Order: sequence, then structure tokens, then C-alpha cells
Amino acid sequence: MNPLIPLFVIIPLAGAFLIMIMGRFIRNFNKYFASLILLFLAIISIYSLATTGENLSLYKVGGWEPVNRIPIGIYMVMDGFTVIVLSIINIVGFLSVFYSISYIKRYTAENLYYSLFCLMIGGMNGVVLSGDLFNIFVFLEISVISSYALVAFGVEKNELEASFKYQILGGLASFLILFGIGLIYWKTKTLNIADIREVFKAGYDTPYYIFVELLILCGFGLKAAIIPFHAWLPDAHSSAPSPISAMLSGVLIKAVGIYVIIRLFFNMFELTESMSVLITTLGTLSMVIGVFLAIGQWDIKRLLAYSSISQMGYVVLSVGMGMILISRGERSEIAVLAVAGGLFHLVNHAAFKGLLFFNAGAIEYTLGTRDLKEMGGLARTMPATSATSFVASMSISGIPPFNGFFSKLIIIIAAIMAKFYLLALLAVIVSIITLALFLKFQRYAFYNKTDSNNNRKIKEVPFPMIFSMVIMSLLCIMLSLLAFPGIRDAVLLPAINILTDPLKYSSFIIGM
Amino acid sequence: MIVYLLCFILFLVGLYGVITRRNLIKIAISMSIMEFSTFLLFALVGYIDGGVAPIVDPADPVKTYVDPLPQALVLTAIVIGLATTAMMMAIIIRLYRKYGTFDIREIKSLRG
Amino acid sequence: MKGMTVIVKKTTQLIAGMVFLYGIYVIVHGHLTPGGGFAGGVIMAGSFILLILAFGSDFMHLTKEESGTTMYENLATLVVVFLAASGLLFGARIFFLNWLPKGTVGQLVSAGMLPLYNIFVGIEVASSILTIFLALVIFKEEISE
Repeated sequence: MNPLIPLFVIIPLAGAFLIMIMGRFIRNFNKYFASLILLFLAIISIYSLATTGENLSLYKVGGWEPVNRIPIGIYMVMDGFTVIVLSIINIVGFLSVFYSISYIKRYTAENLYYSLFCLMIGGMNGVVLSGDLFNIFVFLEISVISSYALVAFGVEKNELEASFKYQILGGLASFLILFGIGLIYWKTKTLNIADIREVFKAGYDTPYYIFVELLILCGFGLKAAIIPFHAWLPDAHSSAPSPISAMLSGVLIKAVGIYVIIRLFFNMFELTESMSVLITTLGTLSMVIGVFLAIGQWDIKRLLAYSSISQMGYVVLSVGMGMILISRGERSEIAVLAVAGGLFHLVNHAAFKGLLFFNAGAIEYTLGTRDLKEMGGLARTMPATSATSFVASMSISGIPPFNGFFSKLIIIIAAIMAKFYLLALLAVIVSIITLALFLKFQRYAFYNKTDSNNNRKIKEVPFPMIFSMVIMSLLCIMLSLLAFPGIRDAVLLPAINILTDPLKYSSFIIGM
Repeated sequence: MIVYLLCFILFLVGLYGVITRRNLIKIAISMSIMEFSTFLLFALVGYIDGGVAPIVDPADPVKTYVDPLPQALVLTAIVIGLATTAMMMAIIIRLYRKYGTFDIREIKSLRG
Repeated sequence: MKGMTVIVKKTTQLIAGMVFLYGIYVIVHGHLTPGGGFAGGVIMAGSFILLILAFGSDFMHLTKEESGTTMYENLATLVVVFLAASGLLFGARIFFLNWLPKGTVGQLVSAGMLPLYNIFVGIEVASSILTIFLALVIFKEEISE
């Protein structure tokens, strides 16, 4: 039993309430303590990434051993796929907290901000580490309710309305998820993911489970903002404070949306071809519609939020292709390539979208506006922001040698090898339109010469914000190394093996 | 079978309230009704014919109890529903201060 | 906020103490009868809310109360997390382990750590519901001034 696993959940939860108590008595306790907690979590998550490899670690909470080889306790599972998402959550979380040391000075209730942030991180860590369905629901609710409060943090008109829309749709999603879990429990009488897979081997009532799969897809699709469930995303991500936008768009829609869909569909349900085609279609629609809606925007953060929908479409498209290939026959090399491309793009998108939201926050911090028509010529006066923004824009458009190029290349090659020529063509077209979109962003924000900026003093942003942006851009460059064979076998291949091999996950857990 | 149909009717009542009502507080209450229908479904799923309430009395042992696991899940889910409703009420009361009205057709400053 | 009429005030004076005592009973017997931390905490908070509604109090008292209940809520949650983590130090080194002696079924002092969890969760739920109520009332007072 790996002793590090409960630390990921205990430390943020205890830290959140400790910040609320100590923050009244000691000044500046909240920021440094929150940064320290998240730095520690980032270090142990990188350590787990380096040491996990092909083994599964299990933690039986409360020490309840299985009876007649049926798990009866709460299990926390750490395998190859979990450590990748865990590292993303904690590293982006640490950089966001460091960024917000100087950004949050404008708001008054700093104690509450850091406490809610730690609760959100604790909830997300719990979702990726849990091994049974109801714990996923409870930790999902913890993190999502904290994010409702954080979106409405500076209580202006726009932020409250965006938070209300987010709450209604998020509440509907939670209801659908709970209903799906209830229907699964009715038939199988157990809640452990590996044990449900064992019960499915005995008998599988396909029409009933297709209904349950549709409910789960709608519920988690609302959390992951796939078309047609995307209506809350532009308002919520553009009205939140910038470090929270980076966390929401870079981590939350992945950890509580896409991660659970991938985990349940690959490791729990049996893959049927109709559901796989549906998932691939939803991914393609997200990819295309997201980028077309983003072109006409003049508000920076709304533009970035719509392009988040498009990039998440890439991940769902490639994972869907893998599902179609696995459901047709046995596990083939093309399916492994498709799922690898999807996971790689997931990691890349966290890095460059977080960096883009940090840049938008830096621009808003100095200029006080988010409208592209009122900016210009910032490349001379804000050199760090403009250099990191250039790196991020080239990454998201897929220009070599940055990381976006490699992940999009793997997705397009997998589409061509599997003979889905239309999907490959759409992926290339959307990539070109994304390049046009971000060239527009760069030109209007940084390189356009206007003379309305000469009568305002514009200087570079404070040190914590520059530090976070520079470290994130270094991550963007270093992540392109994941495509090369040595590092890829150590990091990505264990995750893909757990996902695409049908019986590996459940046989490990039942055996322990 | 008829009890499951009644759960579904309760869910439809809640959904009708969320979609058609204009007052913000009525939307929040209808969302709460929708979640309660799921709790009823959970508690009904655990029923076994001829079972009694799952409280162990050492004096007279009983053969069959109803399933206690859904009851524990429903207890947790009720608390989560309380947190969601409290969060919504806090946002509604601040929205009233900013916009001056409870009508949802007046609150549309974010577009496009 | 103004209080209510004389009949309500007299009835509340007689009842509020018993409601509070009933809440404590439901919390402490959580491992023997239905109820436990959540339900007992809500009943305890209900007795305080009854008192505030019947007698009314002015604005400054309510803000001082709110900072007190927030402190109780955070302290009680912290104690619950530390109790759960204390399983890592004693016994078999597992999170959430039940390491106190279990006793006999049906007695009040039995079942290891469960009564302790129930008590602190009850305090936490009571203070958090009271904090929510006070926050909404204070905000309403701010609007109507």
C-alpha cells in the first residue's frame, strides 16, 4: 500500500481550514502557506510520476480487506493514467497560486480565496485518485462548488450572472451523474469500478447499459463542455479572475470531465460501436464549432474560452477513434497511437492554455481592459509577457518545435492510418484556422502600433506573475520531448496500456 | 413498479419548474425538487422484500435487513444538495442587490 | 430585525432548550439509532435560529456572532481531519482507521472512534448552517438600510 496516496487529499483539505483560522491572526500567512502546500504536492506528484511506471498502487481506506474476493471498502487507486493527470493538476495549481500572490491584491477577502483554492485542488485530487463511483461524485461536488464561488469572486454584475448560469447547468450535470450511478447500482449491487467490470463479465444487458452510458456521457459532457453542452463555458471562463480561469480551463474541465469519461468508458463499460461513433461525432463537432465561434470575438478571454472548446474536441476526437478501433476488433497499434495522441494533447493543452490565460491576466492587470481593439504596441513595454505569449500562440497553433505540433501530428497520422480521411482533413483545417485566430490575437495585442497608449504608464507586471509565466513557457518547450521514444515509453505508454487492455485494471485490483 | 413511476413524475415536475419559471428563487427550489427525486430512487433501490430497518439489536437477531448502503449514500447526497442550494441562494441575493429584480429575463448583460 | 409577538417569545423560551438537548441526544447516540452527525447538527442549529427569529437582534450583534461561528466551523473541521489522520500514527498506519477499543454492541461507549467523529461533525454542521443563516440575514439588513 502506497503511503503517499492519502496525502494528496488530506493536505489540501487540512490546509484550507488552517488558512481560514490562522489568516485572521498572522498577516500574509495565507499566501505563503498555500504556495508551500502546493509546492509540496507538486513535488510528490512528480515523484509518483517517476516511480509508478507499470505498477498499480492501491490504498484501502480504513483497512477493510476484501471478503470472498469482493472489495467492500473505499479504494484509492494510482496507476499510469492517474499520475499524468495528478501532475498536471498540482503543477498548474502551484503556478496559479504563485501568480495570484500579486494578482489578488485588488480583492479584499484574500483568506477566502486561498482557502477555496486549496479545497478545489483537494477535490480534483480526490476525483482522479478514487477507485469507486460514489467517491468520484462526492469529490467532484467539492471541487465544483468551490469553483462556483471562485468564479463569482469579485462581485460585479457579469461575474454573478456567469456564476449563476454555471451553477444551474452544473447542478443539472450532477443530477444526471447521480441518476446514472443509481441505475448502475440497481443492476450490479456494487460500486467499485473493478468489481462492476467483473459483474459485467457474467451478463451484460446492452439496451439498459446504453441508456446508462448516455446519462453518464451527458452528465460528464456538461462538466467537460463538449458541444452541445458548452453554454456555460464562455461566460464563466471569461468573467473569473485570471488565475482561476487558468485553473478552470486548464485543469478542471480535464480532471472532472474528460478523465472520468475516459476512465469509465475504457475500464468499466464494454465498448460498443454505436457509442464510440457518437463520442467521435461529438468531438468533431466541438472541434469545428468551437473554432468558428472564436473567430469573431474581440474580448481576449472569451476568445481563449471558445478555443478551449475546440482543443478539447481534438482530445475527444482522438480518444473516440481509439474506442471505435478497439470495439471493432482486438487492440491494434493504430488504436494505441490514437489514444496516445489524445493523452499527449491533454497534457499540452493544460500547459499552453494556462499560459495564455496568465498572459491575458497580465494584460488586464496593467491596462484594465480586455477588449482587443483598445490595445496595441505592448511588445516594447512588456517584453516578458509578449515573449511567453508568442511561445504559447505558436504552441497552440501547431508550429514546430513547440509541443502542439507533435500532439496534433500524432492525431492526424492516426486518423489517416485508420482510414478516417474526413476527420484528418477537418483536424488540419481547424488547425489552420486556430493559427489565424492566434495571429490576430498577437497582432492586435502586441504588435499593432497605436498612439493611445503613450499617455498611460505601462510597465512590466510584478515578479510572481513573470515567474509563473516563464516556468509555464519552459514547460511548453520541454513537453515536446514527450514525443521521443525514451521518455514516451516511461510516461505515456503505461497509461495507454492500462486503458486499452480490457482486463488489466480489474484483474489487478480484484487480485490484491 | 408504480413507485418508480412516481419518482420519475417528481423529476419531471422539477424539470418543468427549472425551465419555465421566471423568478430566480423558484428556479432554485425546482432544482432542489429535481435532486430529491434521485434520492427517492436510491432509497427505493435498496429495498428487499420482507426486510426490516437495518438497526442491529443484540437481544433478538433478525434474518433479513434492507440494504443499508443506499441509505448512507442518500445521507451524503442530501448534505451535498444543501450545499448547492445554499450556494445558489447566496448568488441570488447578491444578484438582487446588483440588478434590483428577481426576474430572470432582466439579467442578460453577457451576450455573444 | 424586530422580534415577534409575546406568545411566540414565551413559547420559544420554553421550547428552545429542549430542542437543543434533543439535538445533542441524536448526535451522541449516532451509532445506536438513526441520525448521527448531520441530522443532529441541523437540529442544534435549528434551536439557535428559533431564538434569533423570535427575539430579533440588531445588526452589530449579528456580525460579531458570525465571526464566532465561522471560527467554530473551521476548528471543528480541522479536528475531524486530524482525527482521521491520527489513524496514520497509531495502530496499523492506515488513514481513517478505527483504533480505539470497540466494546460491546449496544452500549453508549462503544464502536471505537465513531462517537468522536459524530460529535465533531455535529458541531461543524450546526455552526456552518448558523453561519449561512447569519450571512443571509446580515446581507438583507445591509440592503434594507
